[in-house]
Amino acid sequence: MIAIVDYDTGNLRSVENALKKLGKDYVVTSDPDVIRSASHVLLPGVGEASSAMDKLRERGLDKVIPALTQPVLGICIGIQVLCRSSEENDATCLGVFDSEIRRFREEEPKIKIPEMGWNTIFDLDSPLFKGINEGDFVYYVHSYAPTMPQDGQTKAIAKTTYGSQTFAAALNRGNFYGTQFHPEKSGPVGSRILKNFLDL
Amino acid sequence: MLAKRIIPCLDIKNGQTVKGINFEGLREVGDPVEMGAKYAAEGADELVYLDISASLEGRKTFTELVTRISEKIDIPFTVGGGISTYEDGARLLDAGADKISINTAAVNNPGLITELAEKYGSQFVVVAIDARLHDGTQPAGETDNIWHITTHGGKHSTDKELFSWAREAQERGAGEILFTSMNHDGMKSGYPCDTFAELDKFLQIPIIASGGAGNVDHIADVLTRGKADAALAASIFHFGEIRIPDLKEELVKRGITVRI
Repeated sequence: MIAIVDYDTGNLRSVENALKKLGKDYVVTSDPDVIRSASHVLLPGVGEASSAMDKLRERGLDKVIPALTQPVLGICIGIQVLCRSSEENDATCLGVFDSEIRRFREEEPKIKIPEMGWNTIFDLDSPLFKGINEGDFVYYVHSYAPTMPQDGQTKAIAKTTYGSQTFAAALNRGNFYGTQFHPEKSGPVGSRILKNFLDL
Repeated sequence: MLAKRIIPCLDIKNGQTVKGINFEGLREVGDPVEMGAKYAAEGADELVYLDISASLEGRKTFTELVTRISEKIDIPFTVGGGISTYEDGARLLDAGADKISINTAAVNNPGLITELAEKYGSQFVVVAIDARLHDGTQPAGETDNIWHITTHGGKHSTDKELFSWAREAQERGAGEILFTSMNHDGMKSGYPCDTFAELDKFLQIPIIASGGAGNVDHIADVLTRGKADAALAASIFHFGEIRIPDLKEELVKRGITVRI
């Protein structure tokens, strides 16, 4: 069974619908036992990193999630809480990925913040992107993004450039994966990425 | 590079897509879910569904429709029309909407923007602004540069002004501004690009240009000269005047980044 982690961070409906379209059974849960025994764990979410961390802690999931051994995919706020820390309200995060979440810097010519819409991914380097082409478009809504990892264990498996700023569009360390973009809202490209994850 | 977005807008009345001119005289043009799926397959970057039903029954039908849309469509979609309370927003989020667009209710109660953005995030809140140049009912030139905010689909004028209201919406937590010129809407003569460009300088958040597209040049203009982040249109798509793949191909030829 696939577990979608419910930690009260916005709309899970689109992730659920994406799994339904792939013909997958899933459970929406915050129960540690159900999460531990799942075949795959999805950690979605929109909103703000520090309150997302608070909600994980309230449910004891800040201990459960980093200890998981099955494939885990964090999406948007999900990838952010898996990183070391976030500039957003100075949140300390789970530290699975050796990367920091930074707010987009203002630059000239002006970039709009949030980045909202379709941007390309490149330097793809993971089975997560099987069948996906360099330069394919995925959907983003965010003001914060992961920096390139430093420790050699965490890998940037996709990159995106917004204005002149290049960030890690997707990260991987062992069984943990994360995407800053929303595969569940990225049409056929996103659906393929989710399918690839569930095939891991 | 972030792509400029092309957004078909579907006006919904009692569960059917309709299209009118200047908010009057409606024609049914098709099933909303099928039309949305077709647009998504053709390369629409997002969809907007606006409920223009006047009745409670129509509202209920619309919520059910939002659920069906979310089950079928795998690109982002915004819903709007008749959202007057926080609870309306929550109901549509639960039904599966990615974003809501608020207009009259935001003008009457700006705190609604703050409330929705604090609870669900700025990405959820699009503030739609209908404005008319001058305060008269006749379309006027762009010379005096005073855009009066209108509500109720352009029927009522207010004493709010476009730029200050857009800035207030941004500061209250709106994630995007969807601006429609009531002078241009339905006229198919293009968008007021200079105003869009000024608005772009004035705001930090993305701007969606709405109302006025009659051909590819109009859309290309508002995305380049007007600096808009997205262009929204209805009738040119519904009546098959421009197909989205052809539009995008033309935009690429003009050096505009779009998702192909």
